[in-house]
Amino acid sequence: VITAPDSLGTDLSRHAERIGVEVAGVAADEVDRDARFPTEAFEALREESFLSVLIPTELGGRGATVGQVADIVFQLGRHCASTAMIFAMHQIQVASIVRHGDSAFFRDYLAEVAERQLLLASATTEIGVGGDVRTSVCTVERDPAGNIHLEKLAPVISYGEHADGILATARRDPESPPNDQVLVLCRPPGLMLEPISGWDTLGFRGTCSLGFRLVAEGGSQLILGDAYGDISSRTMLPVSHILWSSVWLGLATSAVDKARRFVRTEARKKPGVTPPSALRLAELLAQLQRMEELVSGTARRYDEICDDRDALDGMGFAITMNSLKVSTSTLVVEIVNRAMAICGMAGYREDSPYSLGRTLRDAHGAAVMVNNDRINSNTAQMLLVYKDD
Amino acid sequence: MDETIRKILAEYGHFPVDVAKIRDEDDLYQAGMTSHASVNVMLALEDEFEVEFPEVMLRKSTFESVAAIRIALDELTGS
Repeated sequence: VITAPDSLGTDLSRHAERIGVEVAGVAADEVDRDARFPTEAFEALREESFLSVLIPTELGGRGATVGQVADIVFQLGRHCASTAMIFAMHQIQVASIVRHGDSAFFRDYLAEVAERQLLLASATTEIGVGGDVRTSVCTVERDPAGNIHLEKLAPVISYGEHADGILATARRDPESPPNDQVLVLCRPPGLMLEPISGWDTLGFRGTCSLGFRLVAEGGSQLILGDAYGDISSRTMLPVSHILWSSVWLGLATSAVDKARRFVRTEARKKPGVTPPSALRLAELLAQLQRMEELVSGTARRYDEICDDRDALDGMGFAITMNSLKVSTSTLVVEIVNRAMAICGMAGYREDSPYSLGRTLRDAHGAAVMVNNDRINSNTAQMLLVYKDD
Repeated sequence: MDETIRKILAEYGHFPVDVAKIRDEDDLYQAGMTSHASVNVMLALEDEFEVEFPEVMLRKSTFESVAAIRIALDELTGS
């Protein structure tokens, strides 16, 4: 459990665990094999009104904290990484609107998200910017009536075809430099998506992260009030790193659970003789504990300062959030590898109860989705001026 | 001091526009300064004015305009 126990957190966690075990986990192999959207898991999540947990209660949500959402993500991640990642990405979009959409339009929209359990996706990357999400080619264009129009070539929009709305980055206007970006809500009927590439990957196959040409139009109220740079540093980036890390913690925990069961089974065969794998397990558990503390500690820190703009804008906070992603994305692969070494052939086989193939493939997604080299370069740059003494 | 600030901005800010056209209160980030470029500006300012920006000043708002930078430097140099 990532957050301190309280009634809402415990309630959400228990329901998430049930959905993980009874729904997401049951379909996980098929979702992975066919690279299909985890439909049944999202039906179950909608039934529990989980798509609106982060939305304030007065707008129809549950008013959960990011830490509590992290715990839901973790529970789902133990059973189906794709379900957990889609849920995490959706909550990142919701958090951005909750914290940066002060207008009547966006308050009403949040109420609609809660009422209709809408699923939100993100289109931040763009062909032609070299993976730098703080740069856009795409721009908001305005017609004489004041309506906006934008067109974007996105190399990936995770679950784009299954989303009810997409938050896309774009330059503020055609004269703006590439880094002066805004975040625009694109939604039907003013949204057109044309697939331009497929999604056949090693892991996270159920996220269906196809590439699209996105064309959107609508009223100017669809633009979030704050600059994207501020939305990104104060909310999108920290919440992303916390929730992604929670997905990976779920993956790591599921691998460790298998290793634990494997070692116990081995031990039962020869009582009195400690199997050599038990020592490996002790090492593995220490590593998992490190990862758990890192994720829960950082989630707690974020929840403590999420209303303190000065703290969120500080370089120390940005460095902490960058380091979280780099550490957990590395740890998850190490942990799954060690679990594989413990389970041996049983872990390597695809047809055993200890099979770790899917977990290992999913784990490798962590370091490449927003490449660790890019994040470390960013941290390295900040460390040139940052002092905390 | 303003002249030196602008010289550093011109050299390290990587603006798509002429720095002379940026007014004192204009938002430098909206004018095209990336966070990467802003760190280089900070380093050059520290070197030029022989100061160190403390942790509390290392945030976007400190460097968001020529005027804001001047206020920060005034505070550090005690002038």
